[in-house]
Amino acid sequence: MKLYCLSSDAAKPCFVLSFKELLIMLDCGLSAHSVLNFLPLPPVPSTRLASLPNYTPPHLNDPLLEGELKECCGRVFVDSIPEFCPPLDKVVDFSQLDVILISNYTCMMALPFITEDTGFKGQVYATEPTLQIGRFYLEELAEWVSGAAGSAAGAARRWKELLHVLPAPLAHAARPRSWRRLFAPAALARALARVRVVGYDERVDVYGALDATAVSSGFCLGSANWVLRSAHEKVAYVSGSSTLTTHPRPINQAALRGADLLVLAALTQTPAHNPDHMLGDLCVHAAVTLRGGGSVLLPVYPSGVLYDLLECLSAHLDGAGLASVPLYVLSPVADSSLAYSNILAEWVSVGKQARVYLPEEPFPHAALVRAGRLKHARALHDDAFSADFRQPCVVFCGHPSLRFGAAVHLVELWASNPAHAIIFTEPDFPYLDALAPFQPLAMKAFHCPIDTSLNYSQANKLVRELRPRELALPEQYAAPGPGAPPRPHIACDAPVVVLRRGLARACGARRGLARGWLSAALAARVAPRDVRAGLRAAPLAAALRVRDRRVSLDDAPPGAPGAARRPPPRLELAAPDVDALVRALAREGVADARVERGADGCIVHLPRHDTLVHVERHATHVFCEGDAGVRQALRRAIAACMPHV
Amino acid sequence: MPDIKITPLGAGQDVGRSCILLSMGGKNIMLDCGMHMGYNDERRFPDFSYIVSEGPITSQIDCVIISHFHLDHCGALPYMSEMVGYTGPIYMTHPTKAIAPILLEDMRKVAVERKGESNFFTSQMIKDCIKKVTAVTLHQSVMVDNELEIKAYYAGHVLGAAMFWIRVGSQSVVYTGDYNMTPDRHLGAAWIDKCRPDLLITESTYATTIRDSKRCRERDFLKKVHECVEKGGKVLIPVFALGRAQELCILLETYWERMNLKCPVYFALGLTEKANNYYKMFITWTNQKIRKTFVQRNMFDFKHIKPFDKSYIDNPGAMVVFATPGMLHAGLSLNIFKKWAPYEQNMVIMPGFCVQGTVGHKILNGAKKVEFENRQVVEVKMAVEYMSFSAHADAKGIMQLIQYCEPKNVLLVHGEAQKMEFLKDKIEKEFKINCYMPANGETCTINTPTKIPIDVSLRLLKAEAVRYNAQPPDPKRRRVVNGILCVRDNRLSLLDIDEMCDEIGINRHIIRFTSTVRFEDPGPAVKTAEKLKTLLSEKLEGWTITISEANISVESVLIKVEGDDDSTKNIYVSWTNQDEDLGSYILGLLQSMVQ
Repeated sequence: MKLYCLSSDAAKPCFVLSFKELLIMLDCGLSAHSVLNFLPLPPVPSTRLASLPNYTPPHLNDPLLEGELKECCGRVFVDSIPEFCPPLDKVVDFSQLDVILISNYTCMMALPFITEDTGFKGQVYATEPTLQIGRFYLEELAEWVSGAAGSAAGAARRWKELLHVLPAPLAHAARPRSWRRLFAPAALARALARVRVVGYDERVDVYGALDATAVSSGFCLGSANWVLRSAHEKVAYVSGSSTLTTHPRPINQAALRGADLLVLAALTQTPAHNPDHMLGDLCVHAAVTLRGGGSVLLPVYPSGVLYDLLECLSAHLDGAGLASVPLYVLSPVADSSLAYSNILAEWVSVGKQARVYLPEEPFPHAALVRAGRLKHARALHDDAFSADFRQPCVVFCGHPSLRFGAAVHLVELWASNPAHAIIFTEPDFPYLDALAPFQPLAMKAFHCPIDTSLNYSQANKLVRELRPRELALPEQYAAPGPGAPPRPHIACDAPVVVLRRGLARACGARRGLARGWLSAALAARVAPRDVRAGLRAAPLAAALRVRDRRVSLDDAPPGAPGAARRPPPRLELAAPDVDALVRALAREGVADARVERGADGCIVHLPRHDTLVHVERHATHVFCEGDAGVRQALRRAIAACMPHV
Repeated sequence: MPDIKITPLGAGQDVGRSCILLSMGGKNIMLDCGMHMGYNDERRFPDFSYIVSEGPITSQIDCVIISHFHLDHCGALPYMSEMVGYTGPIYMTHPTKAIAPILLEDMRKVAVERKGESNFFTSQMIKDCIKKVTAVTLHQSVMVDNELEIKAYYAGHVLGAAMFWIRVGSQSVVYTGDYNMTPDRHLGAAWIDKCRPDLLITESTYATTIRDSKRCRERDFLKKVHECVEKGGKVLIPVFALGRAQELCILLETYWERMNLKCPVYFALGLTEKANNYYKMFITWTNQKIRKTFVQRNMFDFKHIKPFDKSYIDNPGAMVVFATPGMLHAGLSLNIFKKWAPYEQNMVIMPGFCVQGTVGHKILNGAKKVEFENRQVVEVKMAVEYMSFSAHADAKGIMQLIQYCEPKNVLLVHGEAQKMEFLKDKIEKEFKINCYMPANGETCTINTPTKIPIDVSLRLLKAEAVRYNAQPPDPKRRRVVNGILCVRDNRLSLLDIDEMCDEIGINRHIIRFTSTVRFEDPGPAVKTAEKLKTLLSEKLEGWTITISEANISVESVLIKVEGDDDSTKNIYVSWTNQDEDLGSYILGLLQSMVQ
């Protein structure tokens, strides 16, 4: 068993497991940190962004670099279509992948990079909500990036050659030459069409070699941990899990227990922030801002924590006497996302599920929409949004990086007014970096990251409870944490395999046995004998059939064509008792045996048949010059007086 | 125990009261727990005294599986769990769990309040019963206990209908419940993978019917309704609140819209909205088209169909009314029928199957007068039409399902004996597998070949693979493994002999036989050896013979030629006990060569 790590972002993991001659990709996360180095793409042309001064590194005159870099408040940005950091493609040949298992929709954004134009021929498995909401994320991303006003800008490439002369943080960009522009919508559709939908606890047969099962991970709608199981081995892949109570189905820990290998990824990105406190802070900040006549902007993804935010914030505002403040969700997929969340009864927590039985929608946002409190629109210029836009209000829109999407325009619009506020909840991007190209900023900015995935102490507790025989995790989690003496963030009694982008590590136990099926007819024919207490054995010759990697052992018909005519091996356990042998020979009619005892064995001499039997501790050697009858008699006699199976 | 035993308590050569006992591998499973609509006495419920003559049955039943929410499949559940006594696990899908209690409560009201029956389960019992239910999702593999596993497949028949695959050890059974192999206006078609169960228990309601195309039936239906209302007649369509009703509503709604008809369409009972809400919530269980378009337009928001009020019964003029229940055995649909039946411009359309004993069954068989319990006699002058809209698989569909999942045996339930007989013949002829059709209370025993799990040493398999792959490819060549079978703690493994010795820490004792043959053959020993090899190669086809200098070996048989260049050669033949047959054959060969 071997594990390859293809992503440097532990929250957007990508691993490949080679096991039983299969290559299994676990998640394909797309790291979007790279977009922070780019200038925002405003959906409406922005004079401020367009008039930012060009930047040229000191003492360098490179005409090719002309216009690629712009400066804003002392920071340099690339003026180009933003690029993303897909998983490493040089370590594993994607055309050789057999299966891709996706744990949740935040970890599948690189799928088109893996499956399209790479010769990929395998299967992709994900749960239904993962596929649907992942589709929303990807479509939204594609639409934001391609629909931006400045999308005519070419791809800047020269700056990547000149990293060494550029100022930080651009100078520290990790391998920008491997960054890629977002895929075309057609490639996206093709990639999503490959996904096969599975349910929780559904056993997926992977080419007969093993079963893959998605089990609930409690992080978001349809989020899953994967358990790979064969008759003798078990691998658990835990990615994006949560032990908190939110809207999705709770985590299924029992299924992960006792694995030979546990791979741990996508823990919280904000270990210092408690999501419950952050949600409380957020409500307070929002209420204060709204009371002061300002509006609140929440740069969010179109699903996930958004549902919890809508539920909590609307309730809080009702309590704060702000029930008349409108809530807007702006996204190309807002309508689908809100509608879709309410038909996923089988994927939500028990409390929400109980509402479906009444029947009522599991999430309250359907009621908010009906009451006209919550409005959703595809884009800024949509009638639904612009016609009855009222301030103060709360706007949820993407993208959390503030590099594309409606949020760019709203920040530009409200940046100079200190009454307004922007509240960051998504943990994927450092908020100061996200805001950098909008400086100087007068509107208030709050950082309330809500990341419900496991924090380090929860993860440690989980690992202790799951008792894996081996643990594999990205290097970030193996780094020593604070405290003296420093201990790694995640520690385990079992051996730990630390993974880094581009690295392959051997792990897991060596396999010795495979599961087969013995036919009843054959089983009835063997008569095992006791070797010792609790252990019985018998020689067995069986016709072997391997179909779809399923091994069956059947009765071999005698004289079948091509069958090797060799009988099964006999296992003789100890030397024959010589006295018994002589008696047995006498019964067979061979009476004149003479016994000579030596130091390490004895010799039985049958002079009349010109035959010697050397009996030693571990071997008996019969030198027989007599006829076949004598030899057969000897054979029977020896068999009678020595233990064998 | 290699046998699978099936005893139908209901639905054996009969429709209604589905309840089948399945026992395999020491587990007892109850499949469905329905009631019979045609009876009002104790025959209504399955005879649970068959399981235990008196008292609770929990100890005898490992789990209960309900396929869908129709009362002939779940109607007796509260009676069994609360009145007979059962506290074990009950499994059904989420929509079934949501909808079944509503239908049960509906039926209870009709039985207790309208007919004044006593000794019936109460509302509280329905609630208590549903609390014991574990909801499952499609394809989720549920371990009931360590050995018993179940898995649901989509069955199409009604919202949330499922087929169940049940496994104990290496034996497996598929129970279909009711299913539909053709997609309709709101549900998809049943689907199952090639799971090759030992036994398929399938419904056979339409065992002899091969239905014409859906489209034709729909056109017929719409034409008849349209003609009737044009003449000012009233159309009664008895339906069950959930299921066919929604499909027909979608059908009429689109037709009314297209033809711009003004005649009122009513749907009886306040259940409509609630029922449609269930469809909205469980839209993932409907067909592809509805799922795709639900964000823009929900198919279950009807414009033309309005709720019905009892006072409308005597309204003059044309109208179309959907009323429950579907078999005209009680309730509102029967009341309306009584009022409308004597007028010949009216029409009743039975869109589904009616069990024996119901008014629906009687009028479908051409009864012109129907007598009721209170001696009331109603003349039937209205047109009676039958349209097979109930979503059961027809003969073609049943054969298709058999082809899909490749069972080793088939057992028919939920159909009429005569029709079953026909289908049984057809299945046995076409698929060459056994087909059974036990009557109620009759036990059917099916013998299945067992397979025993065994751990095979990879070393053994790899060595075999190397040997096998070294030979020229021949798909007919048999593959053979030789090893030692070990039995430890009731677990079997097949090991290589050396591996076995290592693992259990014993030294193997080896027996070897050696004999000498004298052979007059001048020349070097190597030459003699080569001659011998040629001889052996001719005689021993299929064996690998190796030679190095004057030593020849075949498996563990060693042949060594010794002697000076121009004298008699001594040929030593030596072999281990395992290769006795081969060794003595070679020895015999050499001896005969010498003489």
